[in-house]
This record gives sequence, structure tokens and C-alpha cells, in this order.
Amino acid sequence: MTVPAMLRDAGLAALVALALALPVVGIRTVDTGAVLGLDYRFGWVAIAVGIVFGGRLTALLLYDRLPRGPRRIRTKGLAGRSRTLVRYAAVAFIVFAAALPQLPFSDRYVVDTATQVLIYVMLGWGLNVVVGLAGLLDLGYVAFYAVGAYSYALLAKNFGLSFWECLPLAGAFAAFFGILLGFPVLRLRGDYLAIVTLGFGEMIRILLINWTTLTGGPNGLTSIPRPDFFGLAFTRSPAAGETAFHEFFGLAFSTQHRITFLYYLILILALVTGWAVERMRRLPVGRAWEALREDEIACQSLGINRTTTKLTAFAIGASFGGFAGSFFATRQGFISPESFTFIESATILAIVVLGGMGSQVGVVLAATVLVLLPEVFRDLAHYRMMVFGLAMVLIMVWRPTGFVTQRTPTVRLSDFTPDPGAAR
Amino acid sequence: MPGFPMLEVRGLHARYGAIEALRGVDIDVAQGEIVTLIGANGAGKSTLLMTICGQPRASAGSIRYEGRDIAGLATFEIMRLGIAQSPEGRRVFPRMTVEENLKLGATVADVKHYDADLARVYKLFPRLEERRAQRGGTLSGGEQQMLAIGRALMGRPRLLLLDEPSLGLAPMLVKQIFATIREINAAEGVTIFLVEQNAYHALRLAHRGYVMVNGRITLAGPASDLLANPEVRAAYLEGGH
Repeated sequence: MTVPAMLRDAGLAALVALALALPVVGIRTVDTGAVLGLDYRFGWVAIAVGIVFGGRLTALLLYDRLPRGPRRIRTKGLAGRSRTLVRYAAVAFIVFAAALPQLPFSDRYVVDTATQVLIYVMLGWGLNVVVGLAGLLDLGYVAFYAVGAYSYALLAKNFGLSFWECLPLAGAFAAFFGILLGFPVLRLRGDYLAIVTLGFGEMIRILLINWTTLTGGPNGLTSIPRPDFFGLAFTRSPAAGETAFHEFFGLAFSTQHRITFLYYLILILALVTGWAVERMRRLPVGRAWEALREDEIACQSLGINRTTTKLTAFAIGASFGGFAGSFFATRQGFISPESFTFIESATILAIVVLGGMGSQVGVVLAATVLVLLPEVFRDLAHYRMMVFGLAMVLIMVWRPTGFVTQRTPTVRLSDFTPDPGAAR
Repeated sequence: MPGFPMLEVRGLHARYGAIEALRGVDIDVAQGEIVTLIGANGAGKSTLLMTICGQPRASAGSIRYEGRDIAGLATFEIMRLGIAQSPEGRRVFPRMTVEENLKLGATVADVKHYDADLARVYKLFPRLEERRAQRGGTLSGGEQQMLAIGRALMGRPRLLLLDEPSLGLAPMLVKQIFATIREINAAEGVTIFLVEQNAYHALRLAHRGYVMVNGRITLAGPASDLLANPEVRAAYLEGGH
């Protein structure tokens, strides 16, 4: 690329930056006491445009040309022999996660954030069954999360069922809704499937808003029962005839107890989810999911029942969403349709894609990144989401197929060591 | 040589929307035979195989397999009756390993036969054993064809439908694949219905043959007769094989 061409390219980038920066950076609303006033900051706009122009030019000069169109896509990801590395990483993650609340730097904020990460890990693993393994693009996954949350809240409030009694019921309800969604979309794939699932997610949310007699509408449901530790409540002064957690163990009352308990609860739920999904991958049904993702016609020619295979994927993926929803409801103590908007579905899908479709370890990495990034950038106030977006773009440029693209085969080859040349 | 009738197709019609792809096809395959169907591109050969498997459905006529009408069954039910297909374009699962592909082929078979069947397929195609940990999509065309046939065999079929196994393969490989098909038929007693454009090799391999033109069977007879038939020679054999 010649220098004038580079200048033109950088100028074009600066123009785009100008168009974006004018409204985003250039104009700020200020509270002048009585009315909302506008504050113009064109100096900042100039700086932003200058940075983009300079940055683009530098990049062009450094690499001569920026990648245009499809680049060589890395299909390898982590190298073949690092399969064991992934296993060690998984063990290290579990040990670290188990020890986290006891570590010196752990305070309420850390444990809360870690809980948030684990909720997304669990949701990511659940959606991974549908999107990553079965290859069915689902943009309405949050619906099952909502069904689980409302199932728990309604069952616990109206029938006084405990968390552990509600959990399987919430999973079953979510699975039922999964099948409900699955039937009409059996013949759809790709874009068309995505549109229908997107609509389904919105339908559930709008249903929750408008069915006020059952769901409380936009006001949501309040004072949802909190979980107890095998009958021991996490309260300062338990009801008559009950024992509180801190009394039973002779500890001083601390709100941290419940936070830590909730953390371990979601850790266990998430680990069970991960273990179950990993096991299912190795069962005929799991292998059929992956085969269905690869080639639907070949699947049928091998005697695989497409209908039941797809429906089980929807049902099982949904039930994990339902479990996570129950946990969400009991942790928050309050739920409303606000918590189950499309952006949640998009975030969970982003976790699956960013992690590398179908990879369990990738989901953990991606969930951590996606929850932690906005936290790390908290100081940037309202530029937080911009930086978050930029980070996502950079990740996808750096790893177009996700963090972990290595797929672990489901058939173990005990007496066979692949020679490095053939294994690729 | 021919045993009891395995596959009887009578007056079969099938259509894709307004286009009639099969216009009254009669085919017989007896137990133990290798029967081939040859014809030009677009004659309806693959459609016939697909219709036997239930996709598209027959719009008229009957398909009987081992005496049972299968025209109304779903694809996966048909494939559970002892019919297997190595489809056009091979359709191996690209991101799954060779052994996973074979395992998926055994979906309809009893688990207790798995190890023996795997050994049997590896004996037929030693290349697949060398490549067993490799992903299907990274195999060469010939290896993918071996995998497609091996995968079909894992379901322990009594009737094996092969759709253009020679497509896109080097002449040496075609010979090798056809030799293996003969072995599958002779040593294991699997009945074979082979659709081919490579008329020369197909007719040399098969016991009997059919010629299809525009969705109709125009010629039928022992393969050796078809090979000698001037019409067949002019249309499908002259100009290199």
C-alpha cells in the first residue's frame, strides 16, 4: 500500500470515528439543578479522532496492510498434545474455585462476582448442548432461565416447597418449554431457527410482563424464600423452634455465610452440569447431537432419529437453564422480567461462541472474561461498555473460532498413540 | 446364485416439487447379488436411492424390502431394517474422528458386535485404522469413501446401497474400492445395489445391471450382456472409462 493510500485509509477511519464520537463523546448531559443542560466537548472529539487517525496510520505502516476479508483461520487452537493441559487446567480451576472464598483477598465483592461467573458458566454449558453440540442456533435461551426462576419463585412462595424440592421441578418445567420450542422448529436450521428462537424468548418475557395475576407483571416477584443449609436458616434471629446456621455451628452471625453458601451451591450445580454434559457427549445421544450438527442427512441415513435427537438437545439444554434460573431466583430474592431480556441470551451465546463452540473449558474462560471485563473497567464509568465491545472485537480478531477449538474425541483410543503428523 | 427377492421396486414415482424425477421405475435385487444402476448425470439414479430411504417419499408405486412395504416409513426406521447407505458425496462427519464416524455407523447395531465389526472394517480398509484418530474432514477423497462404506457396514446391513463410490477418485483407487466391494459381497454375503456413472467398472463388478434415462429404466439384464450391448457402449462406455 502506498503512503497516499494509507493516508486516505486513515482519513476514512477518522471520518467514521468523527461520526461516532460526535454524539457519543461530544455531547454530554449535565444536571444544572432545574433542567438538564448540554455540555459540548469538541476538544475531546478532536482527540478521539486524532487517536483513531494516528492509530490506523501506525497500524498500516507497521503491518503494511491490515487484514482485509477472511484471514487464515486458525483451526488448531490449542495444540494436540495440550489435551492433557486442558485437563490440568480444569482440575486447577476446580481447586481454585473451591478454595476461593477462603483466600485472603476474598471479600463479599469477590465472592459475589465469582458467583456471577459461575451462573454464566452453568448457562453457557447448558446452551453449549444446544448450540455447540447439536448445532442449533438458539437466541432465546434466556426464556428457560426465566422459566426456571419463576418456577422456583412461584412454587416456593405459593406451596412452600424448599429449594431442593423445587430444583428438579424447575428443571422439568424448563425442559417442557424446551420441547415446546423444539417441536415447531424441527425442520428449521441456521438463520430461520435463530429468528424463531429469538421470538420465543421475547414471547416468554412478554408473557411474564402481562400475566400479572400469576407473575406480578413488571413489578416481578418479591421476598422469594432464601435457601437454607439442610434446614438451618441464614438469619440472625430464626423463627421459633428453628435453628440458625451460625447458632448450630457456634459462629458469630455474618451475612457472609449466606454469600459463601450460595457460592458453593452454584459451584456444585455448575460442576454437576459440566460433568453431566461431558458424560452425555460420550453417550449415543451426545454423539448423535454432534453428528446432527455435522450432517443431518448422513445422520438419518445411519438410522438416527432426527426428531428425538433434536428434542432431547432442546430439553436437556433448557433444563440446565432452568436449574440456573432457580438458583438466580433464590440468590436475588427478587425477580422481574427485566432480568430476562434479549441481552442475556446474547451474552450467553457470546460465551459459547467466544469459548469455541462445543468446548467446556472454553465456556469457563469466556464466562470469566465476559463477567470480569465490565467489572475491571468499572472505573471508566459510562465508557465501560464501549471498552467491553472493543475487547470482544479484539478477541474475535485474535481467535476467530474461540478460545478452545480443540475438540476432544468421544471415542477413547486406548491402544493407539496418534503419530504427530497424522493427528492433525 | 440369486436367492430370495430382497428389494422389489414397482412402478415407483418420485418428484421434487413440479419436477418428476422418477417415472415408473421397476427394480429387483435378489439376496446375495451385486446389482448396478448406470446412467447419465441427472437421470434420477441418486433420487432412486434416496426414495428407497424415504427422502423424498414415493408419490406412487411400491418399495418392498424383504417382502415388507417400506414406502411409508420414516428414514431412520428404514435404516433400522438392515439397509445401509453410503451416500452421494460421502457425507462423513468432518469434525469427528474416523473412529467416531464408525461408532455412529453402529447406531442401529447391537453394542456387543461393535468390537468385532470395527476389526472387520479395519481389515477391509487398513488405511482407516492408520487414520483412526484423524478427523473425517482431513481425510483424502478415497479415504473418505472408505470411511463412508465402512461406516455403512458398521450397521450390519443385509442390503448395502452405494451411491457413486468412484466419484472423484483416481483410477487406482477406484479399482481398489471396487475390489473391496466385491469382497464385501462375496465374503460377507452383503447384497449390494450400486449406483454408478463409471459404467465400465460397475458392469464388470455387478451380476446384473439396469440403465436409467430420464427417470425410466430403459435397459436391464446380466451385466456382461450390457457391457456388450452396442447402445450401452455408445452411450456410456466409448470415449474412455
